[in-house]
Amino acid sequence: METYSLLRQFADSWMLLVLFLFFVGMIIFVMRPGSTKTYRDVADIPFRHEDKPAAADDKAARAHNAKEA
Amino acid sequence: MLNYIKLIVLGLITLFALIAANYARDLAFLVNAVIVAAAAGGVFLWTLRHTDEPLVKRDLSGEYMDGVVRAGVIATAGWGVVGFLVGVVIAFQLAFPALNFEWAQGYLNFGRLRPLHTSAVIFAFGGNALIATSFYVVQRTSAARLWGGNLAWFVFWGYQLMIVLAATGYLLGATQSKEYAEPEWYVDWWLTIVWLAYLAVFMGTLVKRKEPHIYVANWFYLSFIITVAMLHVVNNLSIPVSFLGSKSVQVFSGVQDAMVQWWYGHNAVGFFLTAGFLGMMYYFVPKQAERPVFSYKLSIIHFWALIFLYIWAGPHHLHYTALPDWASTLGMVFSIVLWMPSWGGMINGLMTLSGAWDKLRTDPIIRMMVISIGFYGMSTFEGPMMSIRAVNSLSHYTDWTIGHVHSGALGWNGMITFGALYFLVPKLWNRERLYSLSLVSWHFWLATIGIILYAASMWVTGIMEGLMWREVDANGFLVNSFADTVAAKLPMYVVRGLGGVMFLSGAIIMCYNLWMTVKSSPAVKATNSAVPAE
Repeated sequence: METYSLLRQFADSWMLLVLFLFFVGMIIFVMRPGSTKTYRDVADIPFRHEDKPAAADDKAARAHNAKEA
Repeated sequence: MLNYIKLIVLGLITLFALIAANYARDLAFLVNAVIVAAAAGGVFLWTLRHTDEPLVKRDLSGEYMDGVVRAGVIATAGWGVVGFLVGVVIAFQLAFPALNFEWAQGYLNFGRLRPLHTSAVIFAFGGNALIATSFYVVQRTSAARLWGGNLAWFVFWGYQLMIVLAATGYLLGATQSKEYAEPEWYVDWWLTIVWLAYLAVFMGTLVKRKEPHIYVANWFYLSFIITVAMLHVVNNLSIPVSFLGSKSVQVFSGVQDAMVQWWYGHNAVGFFLTAGFLGMMYYFVPKQAERPVFSYKLSIIHFWALIFLYIWAGPHHLHYTALPDWASTLGMVFSIVLWMPSWGGMINGLMTLSGAWDKLRTDPIIRMMVISIGFYGMSTFEGPMMSIRAVNSLSHYTDWTIGHVHSGALGWNGMITFGALYFLVPKLWNRERLYSLSLVSWHFWLATIGIILYAASMWVTGIMEGLMWREVDANGFLVNSFADTVAAKLPMYVVRGLGGVMFLSGAIIMCYNLWMTVKSSPAVKATNSAVPAE
């Protein structure tokens, strides 16, 4: 089979399926139970470190806080 | 030690650029080579002056790198005024052809100035706004200083050099005749280097972020950077005729070249002017409204839906051409499906103000951001409609297209950038507030009325000329000659020019206001930095 037909057939079938499943999976993932609380927390990111970067050990602390909350 | 290597490299670049200028095969290449030599020579002198100076090692990881953002804000405002000014000039050149002066033929006529206008507003104004705001936003939302030290400064100055090379090249005739990708091969190569450095700075900052989650604005910025890199490289595959001349030959030809060009061209709209600016929206609108984005879930779906769909929409630029029918149908269908993510994003941006709508009355900056989202919704409604084949048969090649582009570019990109600049300047220069809010209101109304004059006159003239072109008499002969349509458009062209003058005046008022903010607004009182921002 020539390259064009091969690629065209692949694009029309498996690739289309993969992209479609990825997209549907993304929506299901976003809607997963408990996501509302997570997203309410991350939506506040712009209001946290306006003036200066977080201290060196802040990443661990924040992950911990998120779990506790 | 590193400085010695830098000096050798810069010296060699200066030398080779001067040799290239000497052997240059055309004027544009000669001028560009001299510019490169001057730039490299200037950096050489600057580096030389700083070599073997005692190095003060300071730990900067405790503060954000805002110098390069300040420079970017200045460049955005400056290039904006230049780009709008050239736009006003060419608008009046169309209305009054006598403004294509005889003494400036071949340099300042419409054909030479038009790419200068489009590149100045899209890449110089919009590009600098994107680079500056992305550097600002990625630091704040990652809680980390920019990665790569002075690499960010290389990105800034390298990008300015690209703009100057492209602009001088256009005036002197160096163009590869691809819309929005006019710069010739050596400018393309240079931009590729600068862009990869930009990607490295942005990715590096994301990698060392202190926030576990990557905020949605950064997703939009990152998709913009990566996609533009891909589009730029593929669409500019060309072979220089000579390494000492500006002319190059495209690798693709015929309909393939056209398809690659509009795959690039429409995704320049989709990822440069949409995804990147949505990154701005998702940071600056919540900040200015002082409340988080309406729905974070919707913002994630918005992101994936937008990038999944936009990349296919290019073929709608090639209806009724040699492009296969299935390809242009595909482009049309995907353009129409794009209604959903576009309007989802618009709703998300607007609803961020729910519970704070009173700010529209008191805060002219939020008003600017809201009208920009409004124009985003309007032009993303209009665009898919124009991509429908039957509508396109009327609208294509008419001024309707130009009106559509400008309602998106002036309304959406311009207004959200102005809003971001008004937000950024007091923060970056540590000022309590803007110099004058009433000047912001003046800017708002001048710009808004200017856009409305522009878009409305282009709708009228576009649909009019589309109908005149297709009008046939009882015997099947065309009724109007081309010159008839041109003559009929004069009043609308004058109105369009006036709209441009108003938009330009607004931008000049903004520059004055920002300048006075830095010069004379009171500084923020020192805050106790030991207390975390939360």
